[in-house]
Amino acid sequence: MSEKTYKPGNYPDLPPPPGTVGVYGWIRQNLFSSISNSLLTIISVVLLYYLIDGIIGWFFLDAVFDADSKIACRKIDDGACWAVITRRVGQFVYGFYPEAERWRIDITFLTMFIAFAPLLYPDIPKRKWLLYFSVFYPFFAFVLIMGGYFGLQKIEYSLFGGFMLTVILGVCGIVCSLPLGILLALGRQSNLTVVRTLSVCFIEFMRGVPLITLLFVASSMLNYFLPPGTNFSILVRVIIMFTFFSAAYIAEVIRGGIQAIPKGQYEAADALGMNYWQKTRFITLPQALKISIPGIVNTFIGLYKDTTLVVVIGLLDPLGIGRAALADTKWNGLSTETYLFVALFFFVSCFAMSRYSLWLENKLNTDKK
Amino acid sequence: MKTKMLLAGVTAGVMFAGSVLASTLDDVRARGKLNCIINTGLAGFAAPDDKGNWTGFDVDFCRAVAAATLGDADKVNYTTATGKTRFTKLAAGEGELLSRNTTWTFSRDVDLSQTFIGVNYYDGQGFMVPKALGVKSAKGLDGASVCIQTGTTTELNLAEFFAGNNIKYNPVPIETNAEAQELYKAGRCDVYTTDASGLYATMMSFDNPSDHMVLPEIVSKEPLGPVVRHGDDQWADIVAWVLRAMMAGEEKGITSKNVKELAAKDNKDKEINRLLGKDPLQGLSKLGLSPDWAVNVISQVGNYQESFEKHLFPLTIKRGMNALYRDGGLHYIPPIK
Amino acid sequence: MTFFSNIWRNEKSREIIVQIIVLFFLGWFISWLVMNVNANFEALGKDISFEFLFIPAGYDINQYLIDYNNRDSHLRAGIVGLLNTGLVAFFGIILATVLGIALGIIRLSKNWLASKIAYWYVEFTRNVPILLHILLWHGIIINTLPHPRKAISLAEVTFLSNRGFYIPKPLTETGIELVYLFFVIAIIFSILFAKYCKRKQDLTGIQYPVFWINFSVICFLPLIAFFISGMPVSLEIPALKGFNFRGGMHMSPELAALTFALGIYTAAFIAEIVRAGILAIDKGQREAAESIGLKPSKVMNLVILPQARRVIIPPLTSQYLNLTKNSSLAIAIGYMDLVATLGGISLNQTGREMETMLIVMLIYLSVSLSISALMNWYNSKVKLVGR
Repeated sequence: MSEKTYKPGNYPDLPPPPGTVGVYGWIRQNLFSSISNSLLTIISVVLLYYLIDGIIGWFFLDAVFDADSKIACRKIDDGACWAVITRRVGQFVYGFYPEAERWRIDITFLTMFIAFAPLLYPDIPKRKWLLYFSVFYPFFAFVLIMGGYFGLQKIEYSLFGGFMLTVILGVCGIVCSLPLGILLALGRQSNLTVVRTLSVCFIEFMRGVPLITLLFVASSMLNYFLPPGTNFSILVRVIIMFTFFSAAYIAEVIRGGIQAIPKGQYEAADALGMNYWQKTRFITLPQALKISIPGIVNTFIGLYKDTTLVVVIGLLDPLGIGRAALADTKWNGLSTETYLFVALFFFVSCFAMSRYSLWLENKLNTDKK
Repeated sequence: MKTKMLLAGVTAGVMFAGSVLASTLDDVRARGKLNCIINTGLAGFAAPDDKGNWTGFDVDFCRAVAAATLGDADKVNYTTATGKTRFTKLAAGEGELLSRNTTWTFSRDVDLSQTFIGVNYYDGQGFMVPKALGVKSAKGLDGASVCIQTGTTTELNLAEFFAGNNIKYNPVPIETNAEAQELYKAGRCDVYTTDASGLYATMMSFDNPSDHMVLPEIVSKEPLGPVVRHGDDQWADIVAWVLRAMMAGEEKGITSKNVKELAAKDNKDKEINRLLGKDPLQGLSKLGLSPDWAVNVISQVGNYQESFEKHLFPLTIKRGMNALYRDGGLHYIPPIK
Repeated sequence: MTFFSNIWRNEKSREIIVQIIVLFFLGWFISWLVMNVNANFEALGKDISFEFLFIPAGYDINQYLIDYNNRDSHLRAGIVGLLNTGLVAFFGIILATVLGIALGIIRLSKNWLASKIAYWYVEFTRNVPILLHILLWHGIIINTLPHPRKAISLAEVTFLSNRGFYIPKPLTETGIELVYLFFVIAIIFSILFAKYCKRKQDLTGIQYPVFWINFSVICFLPLIAFFISGMPVSLEIPALKGFNFRGGMHMSPELAALTFALGIYTAAFIAEIVRAGILAIDKGQREAAESIGLKPSKVMNLVILPQARRVIIPPLTSQYLNLTKNSSLAIAIGYMDLVATLGGISLNQTGREMETMLIVMLIYLSVSLSISALMNWYNSKVKLVGR
C-alpha cells in the first residue's frame, strides 16, 4: 500500500468515502450495518410485505362498501364488508339522536375547537376574547345538546350514543377531573394529617379497583347512597365515576411534579413571607403542572379510551352501537370490520392527543435547550 | 327474631315507599315519557331497525303502557339491559317497567323485591343444534359446548338438567342473544340453549334456517312477563291491566282497525263498552287513567293477537300455549267488570 | 375577640381547628350515606347479609383450577373466579414482559426499518382501547380457526381449533421423585457455585461462565435422572371424541384471546418504559464502559441494565397491576374471572349487589395495595443515596 503524502498548502476537500453518503450510504448505515442488522431488515421487509399485501386486499381492493346485508356483500366480493358501517354511519356518529336535530351536535362539536383553542395554544391571537367564550362554552354546549330551552326540543340522554357519547364522556371527564386531581395532589402533600389521610385513601381506593366495578356501582348502586327518590341520569353518574377515577391518577402525576420541585423554591418562598395559598398559586403549581403535563395528557388519553367500558353497563358508545348492529340478523358475523372501524376512530383521536402532548412538552421545555 | 325484623323492615319499607316516593304514574306523567327496559337485541321481541327505532313484541308492550298512561305510544325512552343487568337497572330506577322476556320465579318475585304482573308469553327452555351434528335428543349432548346467557334461569335449569342426566358439558357464558348468535354461527359452541321462542327468533335470522333444528326436549317452564318495582300497587295494577286489555281486545274481537268504531257505538257486549270507556268502569279513577286508556292502547299498538302476529309469526312461532284459553291456550284473563 | 384571632393566627392551633372541621364534615357525610342506604334498603325490603356466600351457586363454570360443580357454594365459585383472574394475569404478564422488552430494544436498535415498525406497532396498540383489543382477538380466534372436527393439528398431538388450543398433558408415574430430587440438588449446587465463583472473582479477578454452567447443570441433571428412572412421564394426547377434544391440556379461546389482548396491549406500554429506562442512563456511562474495554453484552448487563432497572421497575409493576385490573374486562367475552363469577352471575342470581361488589372491590384493592407496598419498599432500597 502506497502512502500518499501532501505538501503543505491548500487542497480542495476530498469527496467522502463511497458508501457513507447519499441514498446508498443511508441504506448501508441504517439497514445493513452488520449481519444481524441485515437479517432484521430482511425479516421486517418480509413481514411488511405480507401485512401490506393482506391489508390492502382485504381493506380496499376486495372490500364492499355498500350492500344490503352480509350475504349481499359476500356475493359481490370476499374482502371486508364495510356496508355494516356505511349503512349505519349516522348511528355510529350520533347514536339515536333525532336526525332532524343533529345539526346541534355538529355546531357543538365545531365550536368546541374554538373554545379549546385558547386553552391549548397559549399564543393564539385575541386569546383573551376567546377565553371568555371558553368559560361560557359549557353552558352553551349543555343547552344545545340537551335542549329544553330557547325553543329547542328536549332530547333524552338515552338517545345519546356513538362517537358523540364518547366525546361527551371524555371531555366532561377531562374537564372535571383536572381541578379535582390538583386538589387531591395538594391534599396528599398537605401538613394536615386528616386531609392527607383522606386524600391518600381516596386516591388509593380509586387506583386500586378496576374501573368496571366503579361503573357498575354507578349504574346500579349509586342510588342507594342518595336520599330515597333521588334519580339523576346514568350519564351524569358515569361522568362522576370517570371524574373520580381519572382525578386519582392525575393527582399522582401532579404529586410527582410537586415532589420534583427543588426544596430551595419553597425556602425562598418562605423567606419572602408567602402564605400557603400564595406559595401554591405562584410557586408550586406553575412548576409542578409544567413538569407533569405529559403525564396528565397520558391520563386523559387513558380516560378517553376507558369510555368504551360504558358498553358493559349498557350505554351505546361506538362499541355498543357496533354490537347492536352485529345483533341485526343482516350483519351477523362482521365483528372484525365493526371493531376495526371503532379502533381506527380511537387511534386517530388518541394519536392526535399524544402528538399535541409532545408538541407542548417541547414548547414548555425551555430550560434544557 | 331476624325474620321478624326483616318483616317489620319490609312493611315499613312498603309504607315508606308509598308515602315518600311520589307515585310512579306521577313521575311518568311529569316526565312525559315512560322509561322502559328492554332486551339489547332479540329479533321479534326487541331489536332496532336501521333507522334506530325499536320494534318487537316486548317493545309493543312498553308502547301499550305509554299509550294507556300518556295517551301516546311513542312517548317511550328505551333502556337496554342484558340478562344480568336488568334487575339492577329496574331497582336503580332506570325504568318504570322491565319488558324483557323475564321468567317469573319464586325468588325473583319474593327475594329480589319486584312485582311480576302477569305472563305475556308462555315459554320453555329448548336446545338448538346444527343438523349436521346428527344429534336427535338433548341426552345425546355429552361433552358438547353449550352457549348460554348468564344471569338467567336457563343457566340454572341447564346445570340441573345435565347434572340430573349425568351429562358433562362445557358452558360458554354470553351476555346477549347477539353474542350467542355470533358464537353459535362461528361454531364456538355446538348448542345454543335459551327459551324456545328465542331459539326460533335466532334460527330464523340465519341464512339457512333449515340447517338447524330445535331438539324435542323442553326442559323447563318459562312464564315470561313484564316486571315492575315492588311497592307501588297503583303502577303494578296499571301495567297488569294494560296487558289484560290487550288480551281482552283479542277475546272480544277489538282490533286497531275497528276500535274507534266500537268505542263510538253502544255494543251489545257490555264488557266492550266498559273496556272502551263507553260505560263507566268502577275504580278506573283509582288507577289514575282516563276512560279512553284501552282505546289508546288498542288503536296505537293493537291487541295481543295483532302484536303477536306482527312480530312473532315471521319467526314461525305458533300460538300454541300462547293462544287464548278458548283456542286451547293458557291465556285466561279476569273479566273487565 | 383577640383571643380567637390569636388562636387563628397561631399556625398550630389553626391546623387543629381546620382538621376538626374537616373531620366533622366527614362524619356528617358518612352518616348521611349510611342513613340513605338504610332508608333505601328499607324501602326496597333489602338487607345486608353475607349468608348467600354459603348457599349452592347452581351454575357451572367452564374453567376451574380447583374442583367445582354447581352444587358448590357462591364462595367457592368466587374463589374459582379469583384463580382464573390470577391465571390470565400470569400468562398475560409473561407475554407482555417478553414482547415489551423485545420491542423496547428494537425501538432503540440502529436498524431504521425495524425501529420504525416497532414504533408504529406501539402507537397503534396503545392508542386503541383494551376492550377493543379483547373483542378483536376473540372475534379472530373464533371466526378464523376451524371447527374441532377440522382442527389444525401440529404433529398429531397439538390441536388448534375455535374451541381453543389442546396440547398433550404430561402424566407422572412412579419414579418421578428421583427427577424432582435431582432438580432440587441442581438448584442448590448452582446457588453454591455462584457464590463460590463470586468470591473467587473478588479475590483473584478470574471470571467463570457461571450462567452457562448453572444453566446446563439445572437442565441436564434432572434429564439424566429422567432417563435413569426409566422415563416416568407419559403424555396424555388430546383426541377428538364426540363434540370436542378430550384429554390433554386445554386453553379456551376466551383465555387465549384475553392473554393475547392483555399481553400485546401492555407490551406497548412496557416497550416505552424499557426504552425510556435505557435512554435515561447517562451517555457517559456507556462511553466509559466501552472505553475500559467491556464487551457490548457486558456493557448492557453490568452497566446499563442495573441502572436502568431502577427506573424501569416501578412503572413496570404498575403496568402489571393495570394488566391485572384490565383482566376484569374478561366479562365482555365470557371468561369466568372474579368479576364474572362473584360480581356477575352470583350477584345476579342472588340480587346482592352491595355485598358482592364490596367483596370484589376489596380483593382487587388488597392485591394492588400489597403490591404498591412492596414497590415502596423496593424504591427505598434502590434509591440513590442523596448527597
